Amino acid sequence: MTAVPLVPPAVVLGAVVLGVGLLERRARGPAARRFFGSPAAALGLGLLLFFGLLALLAPLVAPYRPAAQIDIVGLQNRPPSWHYLLGTDLFGRDVFSRLVYGGRVSLGIGILATLVSVSLGGAVGAAAGYFRRATDAVLMRLVDVGLAVPKIFIVLVAVALGRPLTPVPLALLLGLTGWFATSRLVRAEVLSLREREFVEAARALGARPWRVIARHVLPGAAAVLVVSAALSVANMMLLEAGLSFIGAGVQPPVASWGNMIADARDVLATAPWTSLFPGLAITGVVLALHAVSDGLREALDPQARRGPPASVAGERS
Amino acid sequence: MAAWLLRRLVAALAIVFAVVTLVFFAIHLAPGTPFLPTGDRPLDPSVEAGLKARFGLDRPLGAQYVSYLDALAHGDLGESFSQQRPVSMALKEAVPNTVVLAATALALELLLGLAIGAVQAAYAGRRLDTLLTHTTLFFYSLPTFWLGLVLLLVFGQELHWFPIGGVIDPVLHQALSPAGRLLDRLRHLALPALTLGLVGAAGTARFQRAALLEALSQGFVKTARAKGLTETRVLVAHALRNALLPAITLMGLALPFLLTGSVVVETVFAWPGMGKLAADAVLSRDYPVMTATTLAAATLVVAGSLLADVLYAVADPRVGRERPR
Repeated sequence: MTAVPLVPPAVVLGAVVLGVGLLERRARGPAARRFFGSPAAALGLGLLLFFGLLALLAPLVAPYRPAAQIDIVGLQNRPPSWHYLLGTDLFGRDVFSRLVYGGRVSLGIGILATLVSVSLGGAVGAAAGYFRRATDAVLMRLVDVGLAVPKIFIVLVAVALGRPLTPVPLALLLGLTGWFATSRLVRAEVLSLREREFVEAARALGARPWRVIARHVLPGAAAVLVVSAALSVANMMLLEAGLSFIGAGVQPPVASWGNMIADARDVLATAPWTSLFPGLAITGVVLALHAVSDGLREALDPQARRGPPASVAGERS
Repeated sequence: MAAWLLRRLVAALAIVFAVVTLVFFAIHLAPGTPFLPTGDRPLDPSVEAGLKARFGLDRPLGAQYVSYLDALAHGDLGESFSQQRPVSMALKEAVPNTVVLAATALALELLLGLAIGAVQAAYAGRRLDTLLTHTTLFFYSLPTFWLGLVLLLVFGQELHWFPIGGVIDPVLHQALSPAGRLLDRLRHLALPALTLGLVGAAGTARFQRAALLEALSQGFVKTARAKGLTETRVLVAHALRNALLPAITLMGLALPFLLTGSVVVETVFAWPGMGKLAADAVLSRDYPVMTATTLAAATLVVAGSLLADVLYAVADPRVGRERPR
């Protein structure tokens, strides 16, 4: 009876283990087999699904509302127990519930920012690589400028200018300032793809440039895009966490993994669980994203295995 | 070579200029005002007008831009809204602290990262390599500020090996002998540099392992082995030298990471550098300071990548001869 809060996450974990196991057994194609051939990639996928499902099912999984102060006097900084799985924080809130709801915010920001940055980076990189000449020169000089400023400073300027941002605008801002590295990768890929015969054939048939790019060139760069998207989610989440930690990101009482650590800073020594678990959650998800991205790269593009790991090519925050 | 260097230099200056311009217009065209009321009541319009006039914000944008550039060219970065003193003074105090921290972290990152990468390449595919691959990936995935907090908790608050923040001991520093002062500084530097250095070293090691394996698969290594050289000598004298080229590029790339990392790590360790200055400026909406720190960060990054390019050209004579961009 006392172990009730443990049941939903345990069920989710069981479902994920079962699901990944099934996927692994069903993996037929050569790419899927290569992916599941690496235990790290399969484990990473499982971890991502676990955190993703917890966040998605937050209202079902979390025993309390994220901002609920259950008993502000009696339940301050309680260590983990059967009833409060990961303990309670300084304000008497259930750390596990906040972690689950914070996952929605942190993962959501990472994913939304990546959607923006990968679309923009893909479009700009494709245009630069495909049209070359002046388009390429102008766009790539723009990218040089973008890469010259550490992203956190651009975001800080933006935050300083406006009111503190809510999660969605914050994600859009991270996406709008985070596409530079992706555009370089895509451009390099497109530069070689555009010389291929099937592209020439499409052009000879009279297809318009953007149709050639969208239907013939970009699918060839899909591997690069997918791999860099997985890494981008990790980088965006780290950036969000850092921003929220210094008070310029997600504002309380909304929980994000970064601002949970910020809240926990003052009780670092007396209630270490309040900062330990959100930190482990970020590390776990980022680690999983790296493992999945390396797995995807080997699965989608086995020849590229020789170069440096994809995770270093991107910019880490 | 000279022409190539000149071109790179001009490009670097152009990038810094573009950053200045973009940041200037972003700030001045953004809605809202920098002057927030301190209490609950809205700011008196006459007070706001007075403040605007004092900081020159009531003039046309073009004129503001020109006078901003003019002041900048004379090293004048404006006046801090919140600190009531020139921004350049605040920056002059902060930049050396950040440079010391970043340089130490960079040294740690390169030494540790290159060593781990070399060990991994030497033991490629064996258990030690796998173990190190997983360890470096773990460290590479850590949020820097959280690693900082954990180190602070363990080595600062529990073991008392290192102080928990600041650059020097505020009370004892003046009373110490010169050697004691240096030791005091180093003890304060240890944890923040370790925080940044460990995460960076993990990235460097991952990169270096791959670069070394790539170098080891090439013809000249086969030649060296065929000459009967020991495996250590092949690795150190032949493969490593060639694998160092990518490491130079990596050094240029490490700078943005160190500066970004410095924002959060300096906040954790109360290290009065550029990052902390920027973070504090955001919270008080002090945007002359914001602009200046952004500009300084951009300049450092551009200078770093220029330096990396030059080092690369020195190390690899093929660069700069052809390949005009």
